[in-house]
Amino acid sequence: MAVTAPIVVGGDTTATARGGPSHGYRKGDGRSAIPFLTPGAIGFLAFTLFPVFASLAMSFFDWPVLGSPSFLGFGNYSELLSDTTFRTALVNTLVFVVLYVPINIVLSLGLAAWISPRIKGRRFYRVVFFVPAVTPIVGNAVVFSLLLTPNGLIDSTMKSLFGVGAPNFLGSTSWALPAVVMMSVWQGFGYNLLVFSAAMDAVPPSLTEAASIDGAGTVRQFFSIVLPLLSPSIFFATVLTLISSFQVFTQAYVLTGGGPGSSTTTLVMYLYQSGFQFFRLGFASAVAWVLFVIIMFITGLQFLAQKKWVHYDQ
Amino acid sequence: MTSDVASARSGALPPATDDPAPATAPRRSRPRWVSQALLTVVALLFLSPLIWMVLTALKAGGEVFSTPPRPFGDALLFGNFSDALDYLPFGRFLLNTMVVATLGTLITLTTSALSAYAFSRLRFRFRDGIFFLYLGTLMVPQEVVVVPMFLIMQKLGWVNTFQALILPWAFTAFGTFLLRQFFLTVPMELEEAAKIDGCGHWRILRSVIAPVTAPAFAVLAVFTFINYWNSFLWPLIVTNDVSTTTVPLGLNLFLGQNGQEWQLLMAAATISMAPTILLVLALQKYLVRGIALSGLGGR
Repeated sequence: MAVTAPIVVGGDTTATARGGPSHGYRKGDGRSAIPFLTPGAIGFLAFTLFPVFASLAMSFFDWPVLGSPSFLGFGNYSELLSDTTFRTALVNTLVFVVLYVPINIVLSLGLAAWISPRIKGRRFYRVVFFVPAVTPIVGNAVVFSLLLTPNGLIDSTMKSLFGVGAPNFLGSTSWALPAVVMMSVWQGFGYNLLVFSAAMDAVPPSLTEAASIDGAGTVRQFFSIVLPLLSPSIFFATVLTLISSFQVFTQAYVLTGGGPGSSTTTLVMYLYQSGFQFFRLGFASAVAWVLFVIIMFITGLQFLAQKKWVHYDQ
Repeated sequence: MTSDVASARSGALPPATDDPAPATAPRRSRPRWVSQALLTVVALLFLSPLIWMVLTALKAGGEVFSTPPRPFGDALLFGNFSDALDYLPFGRFLLNTMVVATLGTLITLTTSALSAYAFSRLRFRFRDGIFFLYLGTLMVPQEVVVVPMFLIMQKLGWVNTFQALILPWAFTAFGTFLLRQFFLTVPMELEEAAKIDGCGHWRILRSVIAPVTAPAFAVLAVFTFINYWNSFLWPLIVTNDVSTTTVPLGLNLFLGQNGQEWQLLMAAATISMAPTILLVLALQKYLVRGIALSGLGGR
């Protein structure tokens, strides 16, 4: 099913169009649609559509929590250009994305392939790796701060095995960000593992059988048959993983609070600090829109690039 | 079962069935049980943070740190769990989060089912346009809307209330989108038969479509409940009072407040994870399908 996931999104207009006129819905149902749409639409207007536009508008204002807003034009955005903390947050976020996304995808693909029919109880293993993806991120982060703290499990295990302790992961400017990445991978790759597992289950055995008769080994089969067939899933998973990784906040906030210094301050953390610790709501909205534009840009690039490597035909 | 033989040889390529027994010995150098044993070791290592969490939750305060690490203290202190509930008070946070997640899930299911029915089964002007507007907002990160959302809550006087925790996220496009995908798969013939029997739209949704698509409701319910349960950024912004503090906020408070009480913190973390893990174990079949079908979920 996952193989066709991106197609389903684009394909449902045709499905509805088909479901419409040809099935005797020539008459409009406008009147009966109103009670069905109203509750959702009110909430959608008030809590999604309006805030999106309000946020864009606010980004052009100096908007304190108390007192009245004043129009700045592009003032907030030009301030961002010369803001060193913002630059650090942007770089940290990019480093996080560049480390997190490939590790996540490779690990989840590899494990999905490993948890093959040769493995007894494969559903159970898949769920095991999925568990941290549904437990509260704050809970996971709290557990990792116990593991990573000086004298914690990792430090004391290394001391007793090698006689040398571990670095102070969360207190070191060079280790803190990699530690956040490690925790995030542990927590997050289970989703993609499930997506890829489902897609691999859908690969017709006859294809690999034929390849096997032609003398292709496991590795060759994986790269020449399974991977191309999986490319729509890989594309979809990469797009979603990238989007969510640009939004990294909670684990960094709990593990390090953005420190030491600002070595783990991410874009969303900077947004939070600007808006809700320094109460500069307009400035925080500008940060949010820069983030949004980056996400849209990268997602757009991926959709353009997919023609080169994603195979939708079976 | 020739396909099983072939896929057992090729290793990486599963057919849809679970646990097929290979009829012949695999020709690969690594026998099957080695792969199985290695995977078990990897799975245990993967779970070790959570195992350590539970072990620590059962220790006395002075036994948390030791070199070399010791899995067990002198006694298993199950009392830590009830102590953790009284601390802060974490038990109150648990209750708050239960209320928020349950109500939020009910509202989301109801409004999503109604809109999804309209978008999949009714014909009206601008239907597809409105639906694409919904879809478009799926792309908008939560962070973009939290700032104005906070101002709205302030204007409404909702800061530190349950409705502020629940309502802003009960009308997202995801639920509508997911249910609509499933509703579209219900054959029109079923519905037409009901119409001939004189059923109105409400009856059709309740008695024809909803029962057939129950797994979709299960998927949406689990995702929604877990999202509410785990949510951190929004509660951090909109609450600062014990009466509305949620579990993730409480854990963070716990961590900041007292570094010495690790065993209680780990007990609280264990409690915070239990409902989500139980839900996933109980509904794993539906969840896997939902994730495969939508590619989405509480990311």
